[in-house]
Amino acid sequence: MSEATTLNSYRTGPDERGHFGIFGGRYVAETLMPLILELDQAYETAKADPAFQGELKALHATYTGRPSPLYFAERLSAHLGGAKIYLKREELNHTGSHKINNCLGQILLARRMGKTRIIAETGAGQHGVASATVCARFGYPCEVYMGATDVERQKPNVFRMELLGAEVHPVTSGNGTLKDAMNEAMRDWVTNVETTYYMIGTAAGPHPYPAMVRDFQSVIGNETREQIMAVEGRLPDLVIAAVGGGSNAIGIFHPFLDDPDVRIVGVEAGGHGMQVYNGHAASLNGGKPGVLHGNRTYLLQDDDGQILEGHSISAGLDYPGIGPEHSWLSDTGRVSYVPATDQEALDAFQTLTKVEGIIPALESAHAVAEAIKRAPQMGKDEIIVVNLSGRGDKDVFTVGKILGVDL
Amino acid sequence: MSSLPVTRIDARLAKLRDEGRAALVTFVTAGDPDTETSLSILKALPGAGADIIEFGMPFSDPMAEGPPIQAADIRALAAGQTMVKTLEQVRAFRAGDNETPIVLMGYYNPIYIYGVERFVADAKAAGVDGLIVVDLPPEEDEELCLPAIRAGISFIRLATPTSDEKRLPVLLKNSSGFVYYVSVLGVTGVKSAAAGDVAAAVARIKAHTPLPVMVGFGVKTGEQAAAIAAHADGVVVGSALVNAVRDSLVDGKATAATVKAVADLVADLSAGVRRGRS
Repeated sequence: MSEATTLNSYRTGPDERGHFGIFGGRYVAETLMPLILELDQAYETAKADPAFQGELKALHATYTGRPSPLYFAERLSAHLGGAKIYLKREELNHTGSHKINNCLGQILLARRMGKTRIIAETGAGQHGVASATVCARFGYPCEVYMGATDVERQKPNVFRMELLGAEVHPVTSGNGTLKDAMNEAMRDWVTNVETTYYMIGTAAGPHPYPAMVRDFQSVIGNETREQIMAVEGRLPDLVIAAVGGGSNAIGIFHPFLDDPDVRIVGVEAGGHGMQVYNGHAASLNGGKPGVLHGNRTYLLQDDDGQILEGHSISAGLDYPGIGPEHSWLSDTGRVSYVPATDQEALDAFQTLTKVEGIIPALESAHAVAEAIKRAPQMGKDEIIVVNLSGRGDKDVFTVGKILGVDL
Repeated sequence: MSSLPVTRIDARLAKLRDEGRAALVTFVTAGDPDTETSLSILKALPGAGADIIEFGMPFSDPMAEGPPIQAADIRALAAGQTMVKTLEQVRAFRAGDNETPIVLMGYYNPIYIYGVERFVADAKAAGVDGLIVVDLPPEEDEELCLPAIRAGISFIRLATPTSDEKRLPVLLKNSSGFVYYVSVLGVTGVKSAAAGDVAAAVARIKAHTPLPVMVGFGVKTGEQAAAIAAHADGVVVGSALVNAVRDSLVDGKATAATVKAVADLVADLSAGVRRGRS
C-alpha cells in the first residue's frame, strides 16, 4: 500500500476518534457512549499524570515482578542451528502472563473514575485471573464472563478466579467461547453502566480501549529494547508474538515499529489449517474487515456478515477478531501476520518444555512455532526475540488429553 | 423544510396525532421462525393493530439484546435468513400495503458487508422507511446515517437514561422519523420502567426535539402498553412478540398457531395503546 511508503511514523495512532486508518472507532450502543467519552477523558488525564504513572510503576516493581527477564534460549538456539533466540519472559509475571500489565493500569483508572464494580471477559482465563487478582488487591467485586466451552477446558483458571473472590459466569450462547463471553460482558455493562468498569483484556473494543491496552502493554517492548541493547548492543532482527486479540503482540511490537531494520511477525491461530472453513482463528489471514465489539477490524465472517466462531487449540486465541491496530499494521505492510496450526503449536509447546525447561502457554507456543520455522534459515549472528506471553500450567489438561494421558 | 416529501412514517404519525392516540410499534425478527411464516407474520401485523413495524435484521452477535431476541436471531439464521431475503420480504409486504411504515433494525456489520450504498438503494427500493442501527452512535454518522438520509431513509436514534442534556443534542442532530427512548438501562426484554420515570424522560427529550418519542424495553402486556401510551407518542414491543413466536413452535417449527399467536398479542397491545389516553 502506498501509505507504507509515506508514513514517517507508525506510532502516532489512533486519531482523536480512535481510528487507525479505516480501523478502530466507537461502534457501541448509545447507552454506553457517555461513559466511553468519559473513559477517554479520564484515561488521557491519567496518562499525563506523573502520580498515576508512578503508582503503576511501583506496583509493577514489587507486585508484578517487573522488569521481566529477557532470557537467551541457548539450548533452543543450538537445537535449531540458526539465529540466537531470546525469550521475553512475561510468563514469569505475577499471575503467569502479560495480562497483569493491563489490569493494574485499568484498576487504577477505575478507581480514579469512582467505579465500584469490575467486569471482565476471558478466554483462556489468563485475563480473568489477572482481573480477579487486581480486584482482590484493590478490594473490588469482580465478575468474569467466560464461555462455557472455555470453562470446561480451562478449569484450573476458573478455580483460581473463584479463590481470588471473583464470580465466574459461564456463557452458553453461541459456541461458548471468547466472542460470546465478550457479548455477555457488554450486555452486563449496558445494564450496569453507572457503577461498572469494564476491564477489557485485549487491545480491541471501542476507542480508547485499543490504544489504552496497548499503552499499558508497551512496557513489554520498552523493556525488551533496553535489555537487548544491554546484552547485544543492538536491536533484534526479528520480533515474534502470538496474536489473538493481540495485546501481548502490540505491547512488544509498538516500541519497535519505527525501527525499519527490525522485522516484526504476528502469529495467528491456524487451528486445523487455513484450508478448513471455520477451522481456524486467523482473522487477518482468513477474514475481512467488519464491525464487531465496538471496532472495525478484520473479522472471521460469512458472506452475509454473520460472525464465525473460528477454532483454536488455544482458548486465548479462539476469537474471530483482532485489535484494530494490528489490522492497520497488516494493511500498511509494517507487520507480517502468519498462521501456525494447532499441531505446530503443540509441537513447539513440547520442544520448548523439553529443551529449555519452560512450559509455555499454548497461545505463546504459536509464537515459538514461528521461531522454530525461521531460526534455522537465519544466520548465527542474527537475533530473534519471542514474546513468551504466558506459562502453560493451565494447559496441561488440554495437552494431556490430546496426547492421550488421562489426568 | 417543505420541499421534502412526506415519508410514510411522518404521514402515519400525523394521522395518529389527529386521532389523538399513541402509536403501537411492533418488532419482529425477519426470518423467524422461517422465511415463509415470517412474511405471514409481517403481513398480519397492520390488521392486528400495529401502526409502525420494526423488522429485525438478524445478527449472530446482538450485543444489546436479551435472551428472547438473541434466540429469535438464532432461529432466523438457522432457517437461512439473509439480508437479501429480508429486503425481499419488505418488497413482498409493500406490494399489499403502501402505508404502514417499516423500519429495519439491527447491527451494522451485515449492512457493511452488504455494502452501504447498495444497501440504502436496495432498502429504499424495497420500501423501507427508516433504520435503527444499535451500534452506530452519532460519532460514526458518516458510515450509514448520512448515506441513508441522502437516499430518503429516516435514521432513528435510540435515546437512553444515560442521554443527558449534553448528549441529547448530539444524538438528535441527524435523527429523523421518531426518537426511540430505551426506558431502562440494559438489554431488551428484561426490565421495564415505571410510568412516572417514562413521563419525565419523554418531557426531557421533547425539550430538545419536535420528533415524536416512542418508548420501549420491557413492555409485555396491553396493560403496560396503556400505561406507557399515556405519556409517550408511541409504545414499542419486541421481546414479548418474539416470545409469542417461540411459544407457538413445536420441535422448533412453525405451527398453524404461530401467526395467530403474534396477531392476538398485537391486538391486545393495540387495545391497550388505544385506551392509554382515554
